[in-house]
Amino acid sequence: MSEEEKKTAAKKKLWLYLIPLFLFFAMTLLLFSGLGKDPTKLESQLIGKPVPEFEKLRLLDPSLSITQNELQGPALINVFASWCPSCYTEHPYLMKLAQSGEVRIYGLNYRDKRDAALNFVNKLGNPYDLIVHDDKGRVGIELGVYGAPETFVIDGSNQIVYRYVGVVTEEVWQKILKPKMLHDQPSAAKHTSAQEVTEAGEGK
Amino acid sequence: MIPEIGNLALTFALALAVVQFVAPLAGIASHRWRLVLVAKPAAILQFIFVSVAFVCLAWSFYVNDFSVSYVASHSNRFLPTEYRIAATWGGHEGSLLLWVFILSSWTFAVAMLSKSLPALTRARVLAVLGGVAIGFISFILFTSNPFDRLLPVFPIEGSDLNPLLQDPGLVFHPPLLYMGYVGFSVAFAFSLAALLEGRIDTLWARWVRPWTQAAWMFLTLGIAAGSWWAYYELGWGGWWFWDPVENASFMPWLVSTALLHSLAATEKRGVFKAWTTLLAIAAFSFSLLGTFLVRSGVLTSVHAFANDPVRGTYILIFLGVVVGASLTLFAVRASTVSVTSWFGWLSREVLFLINNLILAVATLMILIGTLQPIIAELFDLGKVSVGPPYFNLIFNSLMAPLIFLIGLGPMVNWRQFSLSELVKRCKNAFIVSVVAGLTVVYAEFSRSSLDLFQIFLGIFLAVWVCVLNLADWLKRAKRKKGIQPGKVSASHYGMYSAHIGLAIVVVGVVLSSHLSVEKNVRMGIGNVQVVEGYEFKFEALDDFVASNHDGLRGRFAVSKNGEPVTFLYPEKRQYHASGQWMTEAGIDSSFTRDLYIALGEKLPHSEDWAVRVYVKPFVSWLWMGGLLMGLGGVLAMTDKRYRNKAKQKDAAVKENQDTAIAEAAS
Repeated sequence: MSEEEKKTAAKKKLWLYLIPLFLFFAMTLLLFSGLGKDPTKLESQLIGKPVPEFEKLRLLDPSLSITQNELQGPALINVFASWCPSCYTEHPYLMKLAQSGEVRIYGLNYRDKRDAALNFVNKLGNPYDLIVHDDKGRVGIELGVYGAPETFVIDGSNQIVYRYVGVVTEEVWQKILKPKMLHDQPSAAKHTSAQEVTEAGEGK
Repeated sequence: MIPEIGNLALTFALALAVVQFVAPLAGIASHRWRLVLVAKPAAILQFIFVSVAFVCLAWSFYVNDFSVSYVASHSNRFLPTEYRIAATWGGHEGSLLLWVFILSSWTFAVAMLSKSLPALTRARVLAVLGGVAIGFISFILFTSNPFDRLLPVFPIEGSDLNPLLQDPGLVFHPPLLYMGYVGFSVAFAFSLAALLEGRIDTLWARWVRPWTQAAWMFLTLGIAAGSWWAYYELGWGGWWFWDPVENASFMPWLVSTALLHSLAATEKRGVFKAWTTLLAIAAFSFSLLGTFLVRSGVLTSVHAFANDPVRGTYILIFLGVVVGASLTLFAVRASTVSVTSWFGWLSREVLFLINNLILAVATLMILIGTLQPIIAELFDLGKVSVGPPYFNLIFNSLMAPLIFLIGLGPMVNWRQFSLSELVKRCKNAFIVSVVAGLTVVYAEFSRSSLDLFQIFLGIFLAVWVCVLNLADWLKRAKRKKGIQPGKVSASHYGMYSAHIGLAIVVVGVVLSSHLSVEKNVRMGIGNVQVVEGYEFKFEALDDFVASNHDGLRGRFAVSKNGEPVTFLYPEKRQYHASGQWMTEAGIDSSFTRDLYIALGEKLPHSEDWAVRVYVKPFVSWLWMGGLLMGLGGVLAMTDKRYRNKAKQKDAAVKENQDTAIAEAAS
């Protein structure tokens, strides 16, 4: 090998060894783009728009289908799945919220197997008026769901008012979601009774 | 006064870290060897001052000094003493101080235990560690100072430590995990020193190995402790969630596992030199990335403390500088490293290569899955969600072949090995493993075929690894006079222990995820529920009061076939300061199964409770396996060759140092 050839060989090798640096650089840019955006406040592009059209089967009775027209706001649409740990954390509070009668909650069972999802609601209880079985996640994608749990607030004309990412707790309901609903419907709600407990802290 | 002393000590530590970073590098560049020698005393003093700062913060917690803002928001005077002390790292600022404290402890250990190193190498290693310390101490002082006061008006009572953290887990889990995370800074520093010197050889690998093993051991134990904590504290029996923060600790683990193997190849055969330095850089970079992900709030996580973009920006810049500079150095220097050894297609080198490849791919896939929300947002990729299904699929399909190779690794020789010999020695183990797998499948035949396939694969792999590792031990211990366990080196014992530990974890994962029975039922006092043959009787529900919480404690008598087994005492606690309710599961752990009861909610208009009753077979194997893997790290570290060789070389090294210093001085 001549000196010249050696030099070009070394140069080629250098490019190979620069790959980790380039990958790292790309990742840093990516991370930089994510800075300062609070992921729990992701805006949905659908805010102010009606619930997208869909036709799916009901979870509890797969012989019946369900479309966006069966949902009647003002209500919450809660995205849940049996594979989502935080949904287990969230569930007891949803039960309480549903029992208080303050708000109607629809369930969007997201990318779940029917058996597993039925198991989830049968064992833990069913806080939902209706459950859409979104087995392939199409409805979730239309709604712009990132993962579970997420909760959408819809108003009386079935328009999406707000999107909340994360576990709904007493605090979230009182301070964030309920005001959004009140905004839409001033006469909503009796107060939740004081003894009722919350598992607000029960994330990890 | 005490917090001010802490603050001042930390400031001094920063100044010393600057000295520790600048002096040796400047000394080497300008051939002033007196400057080079400053590194060690600077490192020792830096350790002392950081320790003082750490003790000052712990003391402020101990005496309930609520004029310190960090103390006031993470403690109160009714908190039991042990949690008050552990609350020192119960929040963002304090956990960073713990990070720095552990970093300076590792630095101190390197300074004290590196007599056998050439003086210039030691100086460079300490300089790199000093550089990392500068970044973190200034991060604390400028963005997250735990010593800030709430003056002139401060609360009479503190708020509270998150009740979830009021648990023995807080005392062990973060320090162990940080010992691991930060421990990789040593391998990282050694790598940079080697790249700066342009010399990566067998001797270098031998210096780095025990440090890497130590850090890996701590990280393994830290992850195991965290998973155990999640298991009993969260109240629904899960032990791994693929949460971003868990992934953040798991990625360095995967990379460092790859590093352990590639270091072995570098030490024994002088191969993979550049790759090994890259892995050492990567292991520490992933630790830094983990810190960034947890602290910046770019990802939602159940672990999130404070989300603060200023802090995020700082860490990102720091990450960029440290990792960017290291990778640049890597590209320039490692591309000129030459390797002369050769190896055949069936050799331990090739197995290690595959091992490293799989671990690297697994790390990248987990990284992509973890960052996926940001990627999707940036490129507006339609909204794709990944969750545990993604991670489980990717991870399991990558791990199965890797674990298969663990059986072969110890047996296959360096350089080359004959295929017929390999087949001959594996044949029996293969048959035994298939039989073991089929036996378990037979016992559980009523399950779905996918379940059965996974159970079979898990048991087959676990038995395969155990049998082949034990057989390898037997072969090595066999002498004419019989089996002599003392003839096998500590390194080998470490390897067997870690491999068999992993096999045990596999059994725990597979059996507990497929055979667990979980019932969520309504129960009142006097009711009995039968799960998997165990009768759980809800006997009583009593009030109790503790120093900072009160609550309800249930008593469940468990019996099987009329024979009493045990009592379980699940609790519902309400913490006074925050009013938060916490669930404490009642668990009875044994070798083959855990009985697990958690109280859910009291059902309205009745005295009944929603109760979660779980029977989880073999789940405790997860943590036994983890402990065994950690033990493997300890055993490997104690191998005589790291010490003996060091002693033999002492004289030579001394000479080496003298000439090096003389060269530097001239």
